Formats: sequence, structure tokens, C-alpha cells
Amino acid sequence: MSRFAQVAWLVMRKDLTVEARSRELLLTTLFFAVSTVLVFAFGFVRDGRAVEDAAAGILWIAIAFAGTLALGRTFERERYHDVLHALLLAPVDRPAIYVGKLLGIVALLAAVEAVVVPLVALLFQAGLFRYPLRAAALLGLGTIGFAAVGTLFAAMLVRARSRDVLLPVLLYPITIPVIIAGVRGTAALLQPEPDLAMAGAWTGMLVFFDVVFITLSLWTFEPVMTE
Amino acid sequence: MSLPSATIGQASSVDFDRLVFDDVSRYFGRRRALAHVSFESCAGEVVGLVGPNGAGKSTVLALAATTLQASSGQVCYGDRSAAELGPALRGRVGLLAHELQLYPELTARENLEFFAALFGLDRVAERSVEALERAGLGSRADDPVSGFSRGMRQRVALERALLHDPTLLLLDEPFTGLDEASAEVLIERLRTLKAAGRIVLLTTHDFENAEAVVDRVMLLKAGRVAAIDSSTGSLRDRYRHAMRGEAVPGGAV
Repeated sequence: MSRFAQVAWLVMRKDLTVEARSRELLLTTLFFAVSTVLVFAFGFVRDGRAVEDAAAGILWIAIAFAGTLALGRTFERERYHDVLHALLLAPVDRPAIYVGKLLGIVALLAAVEAVVVPLVALLFQAGLFRYPLRAAALLGLGTIGFAAVGTLFAAMLVRARSRDVLLPVLLYPITIPVIIAGVRGTAALLQPEPDLAMAGAWTGMLVFFDVVFITLSLWTFEPVMTE
Repeated sequence: MSLPSATIGQASSVDFDRLVFDDVSRYFGRRRALAHVSFESCAGEVVGLVGPNGAGKSTVLALAATTLQASSGQVCYGDRSAAELGPALRGRVGLLAHELQLYPELTARENLEFFAALFGLDRVAERSVEALERAGLGSRADDPVSGFSRGMRQRVALERALLHDPTLLLLDEPFTGLDEASAEVLIERLRTLKAAGRIVLLTTHDFENAEAVVDRVMLLKAGRVAAIDSSTGSLRDRYRHAMRGEAVPGGAV
């Protein structure tokens, strides 16, 4: 394993170990995402029938909101005890720390999605499992794109006093294209006659966004973390 | 997980025998934290940084640790700057900050193993066990750090800072929370590091313990060097002289 990959793995494993002990982020994001889906289900499901295309939008709203909650806390563990400086003092490529944090958040959101996706499928009678690989690709790529920008902004704001307010203000305008691509791609899969070509096009768009966002984040993480 | 052989291998090319602050100033926005600080510290020397709260002591340590950059002036490690030495320099610096930089949810062993692996050291598990034995916490190795007293955390944090055998050791209030016996162990440890040719900078308000180990004292006041003092005698008296703006016996600057 290269040193870069090794550092990323170490940081992700540490984050997941801490999360497994505290379950702080998992429980709050899961509770929030499930609550969001349930509230929307009461509004959009009448006589057992959901409003057309609502399921895709609600699924991505739940992921985006829960993701914002998780991203707001992802660097808190480093900030509380100033561990961030100890990480930055390690003789490693600092972008590897970013990748480790990103992988930790993506793993956490994947766990949330493992609960939220079946819940949306059940409550909205949405065929999310008709094309499981295509749906998983859309969800995975969308989550990575959203988390890539969010992890960078969370790192940028770690020393800012009003970081909880600033994170969504900065994050949503940048990640709106990712969320739109996710919603439209998922909606294409959920139509009575699934539009696979359209879903594929939006998946391709998500790949493009992911490449751009991750490249920019790797490029800017080092200067962002240097005071 | 297999770990690479130590960064210490690449460290030899970045090793240095002195730390030089050359007319260093640092601003945070419009607030001046340090103004025109110049001093040099050589291998085998322990320099104490003393001064009232907000005098700039921690800023000096952060600049030396490369976690801050100077607004003007230059910090050099031997003849080269941090920019010239690159990231490998960080592998030769150990920092014990005022905040202890440990994950409270992880055990003492997990904390040390994480940082040892992050620094690319070999024998991660053995090093961590040895470090915990040195800290007198071998029996608490698998307890979460959140259950430790301040003094115990301080001892773990010191071992974390020393895991990679740094050339430059920066200690921010190292005696905080230590009982008398632990403070004596720390003083002995610092003497060993000094004898091994390490450069040690420490900030402290614990004058009695500092007197036992420092070779020189830099007195800081409002971001400026009030005196650099290598005389013997009561550090507390010298500090009071400097803070009143009186000449410090044996002091330069």
C-alpha cells in the first residue's frame, strides 16, 4: 500500500473506531434522515399512493440534510482537543488526511442510506431495487460528490466561530448540481417505464462532478489547512 | 496492517543542530502576537519561554512547529527554512501543546499506535507499549483516555510527542497537572534528551521545576523579547524584574 493510501486508511479507520465507540454521528444523522422521510411521507402519500417523482427528491433531501449534519461534526473531534495540529504536524501528504476524512464520512452516509433507501422504497412504493446497481451507482457517486465538497468546507471552517451557520450556506450552492443530478437520475429509474439512458447520462454527470470536486479539494486542502 | 520502515530514514537528510528565529513577527489580522523576535537555540540546550498570558509563548512554539507561518522574518532549522526542508521536517519536530491532542474515545495504546503509524514508524505496537511503560501507564494501556486525569493525559501526550524521537521538542506548559513525582520524572527525561543533543523549547509558569532543567530563559512581554537570560538564581525574581521593565541580572537584550 502506498504511504498516501496508508495514511488515508489510518485516518478513516480511526474515525470509524471513534464513531463505533460513541455512535454520536451515526445515531443523530440516522434519526434526522428517518424523521425527514417520515414527515415527507405524511405529506406526499395519500391513500397509499405517492406523488409522482416525490420519492427521488425526498431521498436526496434526506441524504443532503443528514450529510450536512455529519459534515458539520466531522472535524469537531480534531478541533475539541486540538488534535488537528497533531495531525498536521505528521510528516505526511496532507491531502491523505482529507481523503481519510472523506472516506469516513462516505462510510457513515452509506450506513445511513442502507436504512433510508429501503424506508423510502417502502413508504413511497418506489422501485429503488428494480435496478440495484444503477441506483447504487447514483447514490454512491452523489454521496461522494456531496461529501467531497463538504469535507473540504468543514476543514476550512474548523477554526471559524460561526461554522455551523456557514457550512450549509457555502455547501448547498456548490453541491446543488450534484443533488440535481442525483434526483433526476434516481427519478429516471423510478418512472413506470424506467429511462435507463437518462439515468446513465446523469450517472456520467455525477462522475464528472466527483472528478472535478475531488481534484479541486486535493489541490486546495494543504493551503486551506495552513494558517 | 504492515507499516513502512520509519520516516527516520528520510529524516537524516533534514536533521539540524540549531533552531534560529531571525526577526520573526506574526500578526493575527491586525493583532500583533509577536514582534521582531530573534534567538537561536542549539542542540543539547533547553530554552524556557516565560511571560504573562498572551505574551506570545505558544505562538513561538507554533511557528517553530511549522503549524503557523511567520508574517515576516524567518524561522530556520540549521541553515534551511521549513519551506526548503519540506514535509519531512515535521517528522523531526515533537510538539506537546497545551491542549493534549489525544482522542478521548480511543485508549492510550490506540492513540499512540495511531500517531506512530501516522509518523510512519516501525514496531508500532512495541513502541507504544514501551512508551506507556515509560509514562507509568502500562496497566492502563487499554483504558480510554477520557477516563484519565489531566496528569495522566499529560504523560500520554508527552510520549506521543516523543514517539518519533524528534530533534526539536516543543513543550507548552509540560508541568501542568503533574504531581511532584511525575514532574521529577519529566525533568529527568528532559535532562536525558538534552544529553542526547535534542533542542528543547518549553513554555512554563512553573518556575521551580523549570529552574531544574532550563539552560536559558527567554522572557516575553507583549510579543517582544524582554530579555534572554542564562544566569542562575531565582527564575521567579528574574521574571518579576523583566515584567516590571527593570534590567534582568545576567540578561541580554
